[in-house]
Amino acid sequence: MRNAFIDELVKQARENEKIALVVGDLGYKVVEPFATAFPERFINAGVAEQNMTGLAAGLASEGFHVFTYSIANFPTFRCAEQIRNDIDYHQLPVTVVTVGGGLAYGNLGYSHHAIQDYALIRTMPNMLIASPGDPLEVRATLQYLVDHPQPSYLRLGKAGEPNFNSTIPVVKPGEWVSIHKGDEDKCILCTGATINLAMEWLKTEAYENYSIYSLPLWSMASKEMQAEKAMQFSKIVTIEDHLADGGFGSWFLESCYPLIRTHNLDITCKALDRKVCGMVGTQGYLNHMGGIAVK
Amino acid sequence: MSSSADLAQKIRQHIVRMVHNSGGSHLASALSIVDIVSVLYNEVLKFDSGNHQWSERDRFILSKGHGCTPIYAALAESGFFPVTDLDTYGKNSSILMNHISHKVSGVEFSTGALGHGLPFGVGKAKAAKMSKQSWNTYVVLSDGELDEGSNWEAFMFAAHHKLDNLTAIIDYNKLQSLDTVENTLNLEPLYSKLKSFGWAVYEVDGHDHGQLAKTLPLLNEGKPKVIIAHTTKGKGVSFMEHKVEWHYKTPNVNELADALAEIQQKKSK
Repeated sequence: MRNAFIDELVKQARENEKIALVVGDLGYKVVEPFATAFPERFINAGVAEQNMTGLAAGLASEGFHVFTYSIANFPTFRCAEQIRNDIDYHQLPVTVVTVGGGLAYGNLGYSHHAIQDYALIRTMPNMLIASPGDPLEVRATLQYLVDHPQPSYLRLGKAGEPNFNSTIPVVKPGEWVSIHKGDEDKCILCTGATINLAMEWLKTEAYENYSIYSLPLWSMASKEMQAEKAMQFSKIVTIEDHLADGGFGSWFLESCYPLIRTHNLDITCKALDRKVCGMVGTQGYLNHMGGIAVK
Repeated sequence: MSSSADLAQKIRQHIVRMVHNSGGSHLASALSIVDIVSVLYNEVLKFDSGNHQWSERDRFILSKGHGCTPIYAALAESGFFPVTDLDTYGKNSSILMNHISHKVSGVEFSTGALGHGLPFGVGKAKAAKMSKQSWNTYVVLSDGELDEGSNWEAFMFAAHHKLDNLTAIIDYNKLQSLDTVENTLNLEPLYSKLKSFGWAVYEVDGHDHGQLAKTLPLLNEGKPKVIIAHTTKGKGVSFMEHKVEWHYKTPNVNELADALAEIQQKKSK
């Protein structure tokens, strides 16, 4: 995903001279193509995420579309108030990019587990969350963000994820992307790098013949679109590599809440159990321990 | 043309009334920067009140957002919006909220949480360099605000990137929210700290218009500039000066009358 990100960003930056990349002293063997191609638009702000985010807002206020880049929780929780006040409140075109979403850095410990980021970002009224499910969705969401510059958060996995889409999909906030066609009225709705997990669940008896959708762009503003979609299914399972509290499933339940009882919607959420907080291991191991991967 | 001292007197009159009428606070913090703001708006900043988005304007950022009233008053007196709008300060649905708001014509950036203005100003100054623009960025910070680490991140960045189009002004009134700066987190030796961070550092009497007018426009090629402005919290109203409680208190009717009478008698140098 990160390679698709930098490749697409370089491609976009060739067409758009207002794209700038500001990194927090991270991105070894990732950001070099941008830094080499556009040195005047590449800034290493050092290990200083608050200033990185504040200055990104300042650059954005003068017409740049700024991508801040770091890993795990560093560009989000460390500078949460800068995202809230400087970017979101002023509605400035800064895209906060993180690598290592979910438990991608499982062995590096709790500091590097980005499993509460949705909860933080989705409470900000103007932020658009981009949590692509595969490298092709990375390109699609990035193209969308460049075409619609706005306060946004792009959550990437690591590198080497397979593609599940066959071509770059059309993406819009709140719109579901069809990944696998199964029964028309039962589906797994993924966000982030969880499509592979959904595919595994399909092999189990309980989820046999479920369809799979990905929702790579979502926000507070796109909640109102979800109930109508949910009504088309008798069973929906959401899946995310994030804690249940405040996550994607919570967002979806809130979105559908008025109709859950009146239309008897059957929605369940697969999200990480809090017991993974503090555990270390591979991404696969921790996803399994957290209850989102098939045993 | 009226002088910056005239403007300072008008601003002080406006802001004691605004805080009284709204039941607001932070009056002493506001009085502390009136002279700095007056010189900036009267003599230093390039702006067009008829076109607040004029691309060549200088960018002014108030990082100590609680000291917003002098800015609102300066903008009104400079023609950005009617002076009568100041009466809505702090009232329901007014855009003149009690921490500085970018929804007000002429205001670049909303603050209120401390430690945000300088990084944002650094971004603006960097943007000007990247776009080869000649305007300058000015940021007013409080002294207590320097407790925030984000400012020191920004100090490092600005020097490293040689942002000589950036001026920070520190309102050094030496009084924080609960106690003195010295008893809270001592900033001294502030001059040498800032110097060691690679900035061009000046010290002025923050109420002396002549010193301010001389120092604010100075340029130092390759170096951002910081002015340590020695100020008095509550300046201009003797019973508010150096008093922690006037960080919070609202002047009552009698205190308002006393304050206005004293401001009428005095004029800054």
